[in-house]
This record gives sequence, structure tokens and C-alpha cells, in this order.
Amino acid sequence: MADQQLNSGNPRVDIEYRRRKSTEEMRYQVVSFTLMIFLTLIAFAAVAVKGFTAWFTVPFIILLAVVQVIFQLYYFMHMSHKGHEAPSLFLYSGALVGAVTILAFTTIIWW
Amino acid sequence: MHAEEKFTYETWPAAPEKATLEAKNKFLGFWFFLGGETVLFASLFATYLALKDKVGDSGQPLAKELFELPLTFVATMLLLTSSLTSVYAMYHMKNFAFKKMMVWLGLTALLGAGFLGLEVYEFSHYVHEGHKFTSSAFGSAFYTLVGFHGGHVAFGLLWCLTLMFRNGKRGLNLYNAPKFYVFSLYWHFIDVVWVFIFTVVYLMGMVG
Repeated sequence: MADQQLNSGNPRVDIEYRRRKSTEEMRYQVVSFTLMIFLTLIAFAAVAVKGFTAWFTVPFIILLAVVQVIFQLYYFMHMSHKGHEAPSLFLYSGALVGAVTILAFTTIIWW
Repeated sequence: MHAEEKFTYETWPAAPEKATLEAKNKFLGFWFFLGGETVLFASLFATYLALKDKVGDSGQPLAKELFELPLTFVATMLLLTSSLTSVYAMYHMKNFAFKKMMVWLGLTALLGAGFLGLEVYEFSHYVHEGHKFTSSAFGSAFYTLVGFHGGHVAFGLLWCLTLMFRNGKRGLNLYNAPKFYVFSLYWHFIDVVWVFIFTVVYLMGMVG
């Protein structure tokens, strides 16, 4: 990954290697962007097209959102790179507390 | 490596966002902040879900009658694309291409401004239809959640422009590279929140 310090002893080889690495990574970024657009289109289409029940559509579009967010976090925000152990801990702790809050507000609290 | 050092394309480190101690601290601290933001937005989502369509009298519009697909779709595309443009900005930052980075950051700011403009139009449209912050519990929950996100976009916009103006003549160094990187993390996080907003608020609102 681009995070690692690379050393072959020859600076020109290192530069060339790094340049190629980051070009390759950029290609992955564009691919994940395309997938994200695609997931968004499916989600909007699932709502625009009549005929699906809410029991199908709601879990389906939430699943699409979760997948899209995983792309965003692991590719755009580089969480797939090394050295992201603490960020993962912070983010998942936040997500856990958040999930419990949402669960409580939508199930055991009534107004 | 220290913050004031002058670099060239050849000497620029592979991970400039974590090359100095300050940069490492910034990186860690910012992710901690994002963990907190996750909790903040989750609690606003929880409130919205609990209070959705809770209106005082039957004359007030519900989610199903208010939201429209095309507007949400355009806003989503704008913000999603701005996420990609800030990825391009960071790609050029890592390649020590300052000018190109600035161009992509400028595009990011432009798309963000477009998104914000749409949101202002949308809110004023809703107010005309009788969906106001103080008109119902539904209205309060909606404007708090979506408005908080819009406020984040506005803040990000100012952040981006401030970074661009402040560092416009400096070029890239290890003092400002982590700043640009942290901004890009923030901008992606805004997009993460928006993915849930368009799904949970708008799409689920239209489903019923």
C-alpha cells in the first residue's frame, strides 16, 4: 500500500514504483466511485419503480447504503491501508453507540 | 523530517499526512472526532425516525407528500462527485502536484456550494408548503437532522476555501499537507452521512 516506506536503495526506482502504486490506487478509487454511483441508482430506482412492498424496499435500500458507506470508508478514506487500527476503533465504537441509540428510539420509546 | 523543510517531487514522503509528529496527532485526533460525529448524527437519525410524520393537525404535509426524487437525486450526485474530486486532490497531494491539487479542491468546493444551494431552495420550498421547524415534531426533527448536515457542508466549504487562500502561495510542505488530508477526511465523512440521509429520510420517506 502507498503508506509503506519503500526502499530499494535506488531513489529513481523507488519514485517510479511509488508513482505506479498511486496510479493503481487511483484506478481503484474510480472503480469504487463507479460502484457507488451504481448503488445509488439502484436505490433510487427501487423507490421510483412501483410494485415493491415497503417490507422489501426499506431493508434493501438500507443494505445498499451500508455497502456504499463501506466503499467510502475503506477506499475514499483509506481505512483499508495500514495504520488505521485506532481510526477503526473510534469509528466502530461510535457506530455501536449510534446503533443502540437508533434501536432504542425506534423500538422501546413511544411518543 | 520537519514541517518547514523544502521538498521536491523526489524527496516528498510517501505518506505526508503522517510524516511529522503533529501530523500523526492530527490524524488520530481527527478520527476520534469523527467517531464522536457518528454518535451525534446517529442520535439525530434516531430522533428523526421516532418523530417522523408526527404532525399536530392533518392539514400539515407528511414525508410522502413533501419529498421529491429528482431534487434529492441531483443533490446526491453533486455531493458524491465532490467526494471523488477530493480523492483526486489527495492523489495529487501525494504526488507533490500542488497546482493540480488546488484545482481539484476548487472543484470540490464548487460542487459543495451547488449542493448547499439546492438545499436552501428545498427548505424554502418546504416552508411554503407549511413544513416548518416549529410547525410540528416532524418538522423539528427533519430540519435538525438535515440542517445539521447542511451546516457541516457549509463549514466544510469555508474550511476548504480558507485552506486554499491561506496556503495558495506556500506550495506543499509537511505543515499544510496534513491539513489538506484531514479536510478530505471530513468531506468524505459528510458524504457518508448524506448516504444515510438520502436513504433513511428521503427514499424511506417516499416509500411510506
